[in-house]
Amino acid sequence: MEHAAFISLSVFALACALGVVLSKNAVNGAMCLLLCLAAIAGLFVELHAYLLAFILVLVYAGAVVALFLFIIMLLDMQGGKPWKFSAFQLFAGFVAAGLLLTGLDLIAIRGRLGAGAPVGHEVGSSLKYYADELFTTYMLPVQVMGFLLLVAMLGVIVLSRRASDGEGPA
Amino acid sequence: MTPPLDSFVMLSAALFAIGFLGVLVRRNTLVIFMCLELMLVAATLALVAFSRFNGTEDGDVFVFFILTVAAAEVAVGLAIIVALFRARQTVQVDRLDSLRH
Repeated sequence: MEHAAFISLSVFALACALGVVLSKNAVNGAMCLLLCLAAIAGLFVELHAYLLAFILVLVYAGAVVALFLFIIMLLDMQGGKPWKFSAFQLFAGFVAAGLLLTGLDLIAIRGRLGAGAPVGHEVGSSLKYYADELFTTYMLPVQVMGFLLLVAMLGVIVLSRRASDGEGPA
Repeated sequence: MTPPLDSFVMLSAALFAIGFLGVLVRRNTLVIFMCLELMLVAATLALVAFSRFNGTEDGDVFVFFILTVAAAEVAVGLAIIVALFRARQTVQVDRLDSLRH
């Protein structure tokens, strides 16, 4: 098997992604999302994007999934019926997802994307490259991102205030 | 040895389609939100693969920004969901139909 690591990681990622969609319990779905993100971080390593793999595990698997689990526990949604939809809705969903998948795969096939070879760069140089790019070419986007995070933080504070605290929305 | 580019793109497309399916068929707002995150990560996988096969790392830098925006988006989205739950005592989208009629 030539690409054993890639095949096992991608099968694992697809199975966990299906687990997110199909699991009845939202906590199980969040756990499947965690495993799927870990598999995708492995694929990033295979693409020599070590820093991004690390950040993906740190930000997504660490912070985002923990936040999801926290909110799931907070809202206590263990009960309820997750599968309350008609067969027509299910059919339409599968058809739409299948059409999307076919279209995207046709782009990959018709564009002959498999012909190219990866362009190598020496291992370990990418961190310096990121720093150079972030502080020269992408200086303005970095500033805008910082401002966006500030605005998001303020927005969350405003949203999570209780209605009795003042006149703010809640 | 890295697998060919089209296998990465197809895997990314498959993950994106699975997330899309989840957004369409699930009724729980939190699960829909998790599927949205799955679609976002699938797109970043394609970006990283393209940037590796093009020899430029601009795609990788772009993924930086995507992860930042995703973190902010999750925080705001979950705050909105909690506020919604406080107002309506449900997060099932088929019961949130005030704008329907």
